[in-house]
Amino acid sequence: MLMFLLRRFGIMVLTALCLTFIVFFLTNLTPNLEKLARSEGSVRMSDEQVTSWLAQNGYAQPLVVRYGEWLGVMPGWTVSGAEGVTGRCIDSATPAEAAPRFCGIIQGDWGQSSVFKRPVSEILGRALGATGWLMLWVMIVMVPSALALGVLAGMREGSRTDRVLSTVAIATTATPEYVSGVIFIVIFASATAGVSPMLAEMGWIEGRTLFQGTATSAMDNITFWNFGLPVITVALYGMGYIARMTRASMTEVMTAQYIRTARLKGVRFRDVVIRHALRNALIAPFTVIMLQFPWLLNGVVIVETLFNYKGFGWTLVQGAGNNDIELLLACSVVAVIVVLVTQLISDIGYALLNPRIRIS
Amino acid sequence: MTTNTEWDPSQPILEITNLSISFFTRLREIPAVMDFSCTVMAGEAMGLVGESGCGKSTVALAVMRDLGKNGRIVAGSIKFKGRDLTHMGEEELRKIRGSEIAMIYQEPMASLNPAMTVGAQLAEVPMIHEGMSKSDAWKLARQIVADVRLPDPDRIVDAYPHQLSGGQQQRIVIAMALMSKPALLILDEPTTALDVTVEAGIVDLVKELGKKYGTSMLFISHNLGLVLDVCNRLCVMYSGEAVETGNVGEVFDKMRHPYTQALFRSIPLPTADKNSRPLVAIPGNFPLPHERPNGCNFGPRCDYFEAGRCDAGEVRMGDTGGDRHASRCVKFAEIDWDAPLVAVKKQEKTPVGDVVLKMEDLRKYYEVSGSSLFGGGAQKVVKANETLSFEAREGETLAIVGESGCGKSTFAKVLMGLETATSGKIFLYNQDIQDTPIEKRAVDTVSSVQMVFQNPFDTLNPSMTVGRQVIRALEIFGEGADDAARHARMLELLDLVKLPREFADRMPRQLSGGQKQRVGIARAFAGDAKIVVADEPVSALDVSVQAAVTDLLMEIQRKNRTTLLFISHDLSIVRYLSDRVMVMYLGHVVELGTTDQVFSPPYHPYTEALLSAVPIADTKVIKKRIVLDGDIPSAMNPPPGCPFQTRCRWKSQVPDGLCEREVPPVRHLATGHQIKCHLSDAVLAEMEPVITMKET
Repeated sequence: MLMFLLRRFGIMVLTALCLTFIVFFLTNLTPNLEKLARSEGSVRMSDEQVTSWLAQNGYAQPLVVRYGEWLGVMPGWTVSGAEGVTGRCIDSATPAEAAPRFCGIIQGDWGQSSVFKRPVSEILGRALGATGWLMLWVMIVMVPSALALGVLAGMREGSRTDRVLSTVAIATTATPEYVSGVIFIVIFASATAGVSPMLAEMGWIEGRTLFQGTATSAMDNITFWNFGLPVITVALYGMGYIARMTRASMTEVMTAQYIRTARLKGVRFRDVVIRHALRNALIAPFTVIMLQFPWLLNGVVIVETLFNYKGFGWTLVQGAGNNDIELLLACSVVAVIVVLVTQLISDIGYALLNPRIRIS
Repeated sequence: MTTNTEWDPSQPILEITNLSISFFTRLREIPAVMDFSCTVMAGEAMGLVGESGCGKSTVALAVMRDLGKNGRIVAGSIKFKGRDLTHMGEEELRKIRGSEIAMIYQEPMASLNPAMTVGAQLAEVPMIHEGMSKSDAWKLARQIVADVRLPDPDRIVDAYPHQLSGGQQQRIVIAMALMSKPALLILDEPTTALDVTVEAGIVDLVKELGKKYGTSMLFISHNLGLVLDVCNRLCVMYSGEAVETGNVGEVFDKMRHPYTQALFRSIPLPTADKNSRPLVAIPGNFPLPHERPNGCNFGPRCDYFEAGRCDAGEVRMGDTGGDRHASRCVKFAEIDWDAPLVAVKKQEKTPVGDVVLKMEDLRKYYEVSGSSLFGGGAQKVVKANETLSFEAREGETLAIVGESGCGKSTFAKVLMGLETATSGKIFLYNQDIQDTPIEKRAVDTVSSVQMVFQNPFDTLNPSMTVGRQVIRALEIFGEGADDAARHARMLELLDLVKLPREFADRMPRQLSGGQKQRVGIARAFAGDAKIVVADEPVSALDVSVQAAVTDLLMEIQRKNRTTLLFISHDLSIVRYLSDRVMVMYLGHVVELGTTDQVFSPPYHPYTEALLSAVPIADTKVIKKRIVLDGDIPSAMNPPPGCPFQTRCRWKSQVPDGLCEREVPPVRHLATGHQIKCHLSDAVLAEMEPVITMKET
């Protein structure tokens, strides 16, 4: 078990290195750096000025060296110029003499965000916290309802329940978040359309809309009314997918011979499903649910932007839109870790659910 | 338990009258069973025999009323203890299932829930039907597990099914069926997936438990030998109809239906070889359910067919005058049933030529890492083949016999070059090939050593026509100058395996199992193979087809003087066609000799047990019953000393535990007869034959 974990951890580190290098390479392409120079320095810089600005700020070094500095395995650059010594690890708070030699993510220095003018770690920490709440609620809503839907549909293949539930599941998966989100806002969170004006007229709701169209206030205080719509929007999309998987797995299990054995033992249909089929049917969807975590990050980008909820997705969009290299790199590290950790959990959980591949 | 007080034990437990079952598809109604009647009395064991697709399992599922969505009982009744099952509601049926009628299935692994412990699955039965408390139910489960003679019941009830061997799993399924002491037990091919020695143990257990609990049985099998062993009464089915029914002795010795006769003539018996009792294949194919002929279903394949009578109209069951013995044949009273077999052209034994293949001290070890998913664990060595030495001559049939896991397939892989040997030598025409994997072998080496595989359903490419697949083999072997020549050669090969030339344009899915196997044989002989390894070539086929395919193989062998290495677990067929036999156990060759030497004493103790385990469909045979304890040890962890010592009944005859310490040396008993055993010559000389014929 320990060997397994160590090996998986090694693979994780290796994958993370490769992926961050790719992101590093793409964000550090020359045109991108020139754009950075003009936005940080002055828009009207000449080409020579740009070159010297880049040299002054450490961007003239070879790509691999700068990647090493960002990681923290190579000493940060220093340049002595007219304004004294400047360097990667030197800023207004830490003068040149006190600055450490290395300052990369290994040392915990994630760099400075050029958009928010604050340390990346601080921004990312808050954003991840906010997204964590969103993900948690999405999972709480999505997983049980998807499993219930899938099991009910797969219990009797081809029955009316199956067909109705399958149609619902396909419809939700076929509706991307940017469509369903807009629809929800129109129906539930618009003062002029949907159900809110009617409810307001009848005096059933206090404000002008039933749900709030923005989730900004949920950053401080989560309520059903400000958080309901974003959660539902993300959850619905994933739910259909998981439900389909569960249904497929359930129908397969229901035709297995051991289900016939159970039936011909005289077990009640309800008990056949609960005692004999359920655990076997959940083995396959479990992996899918775990894969759904990184997939949620996708939906989170859209939904957070749509509902103006300042979480991880919103931050990523800001970083990408404003050429914030350090922020983008940090986001990619987080994404890689989320993907790989969920994979690990899914493998371990699979072994626990399936007695045939128990840890010996 | 719902006991019907009105039921009188002298009445039948199960009475099926004129039962017809159909499956409904979108296209048409497919009648699966027609006009089927049978009666099972208390304590009686009724055998249902027939080839695959004849409807015997459908009858069993109909008794359980579990025909699925498409199946429906369209006529007739099934009375269980006087109550009609066909009109029962779900709730009533549920009370009967598992408590009064229980079923044992073909594949034990698939019929046990992989995610539940054995104990939980067993205890469930009395908890449902008798409202027993959980702890009592588990106690009963433990007791029944001990009853089905499983070692260490406390450990077994806490185990998951995958932790048990196939034989142990089947014992658990039997235990599950016995948890509520049912009045009727339905066994659907309960031993088909098991090895013969394990099968013998299960059959013994079933018979003994049947006696102990007075349970009636409906025993479904395609194996006539097993039915003779277990049942009192027998019902032969063909294409959805019962064609003959009666008590076992009468049906076996005084059969009154041509199909029953043809079936008996097409199965090999370990008491006879190809010269004294040639196999007679049933001509033609099994009719598809929607293509059944008018009148007698067996008509088109029957030797006694008489146009105008047999195909005139529906044939009813007619009483033959024996003990509840009936036959569905309009001519049963006229046919001379005692007429001897029409003398089939006797084949001369092929003269055996020079040595073409020689193995010396061949070993094949596999290294496997401990546990699979979480890595780690110590490296283990599986000794799949140990010191294999033998020769095979031109035109000879050498049978390799053993149960699953004995290393016979590994040996075939090494010979074919799919694996390379760990040590030792393989000489093919004095050229050593043990270290050359198949991709490095010369084309003529590859084409001269070919293989016929066990399962014809998986070994043909489903999206290529039959002709194309054979031509592909010809291309690879470099046969034929151009496409036209290869096409002509392909047609010749189809002639050789007795397939009509039109089959060249057919897809594999349009062929029956036997026809597919013929294509497999044609492909193997495409490059004029000198050595053909036939890995259980007929075990996936129905008995009536087996005979035809076996005959075909031998005929080609005679024509081409091919060396045939015939891998099988079926001693009857081995006895029938082979010249020499090699018996393997856990990677060791335990006995090697001519067929007569191996099939008569002195035996290696394992050969003796193997012979005794084979069910023989002949009432005149007396067999010594030797049931081996336990399972075959794992090749990963073989016992010290003699590999067979853990199950050997002769072990006590060898002084001071020699069997547990040393691997026995190879001893030559007679010319060409060798065994690997510590038993002294005196003990070996005293061995009695396992199979003897009854005095007539």
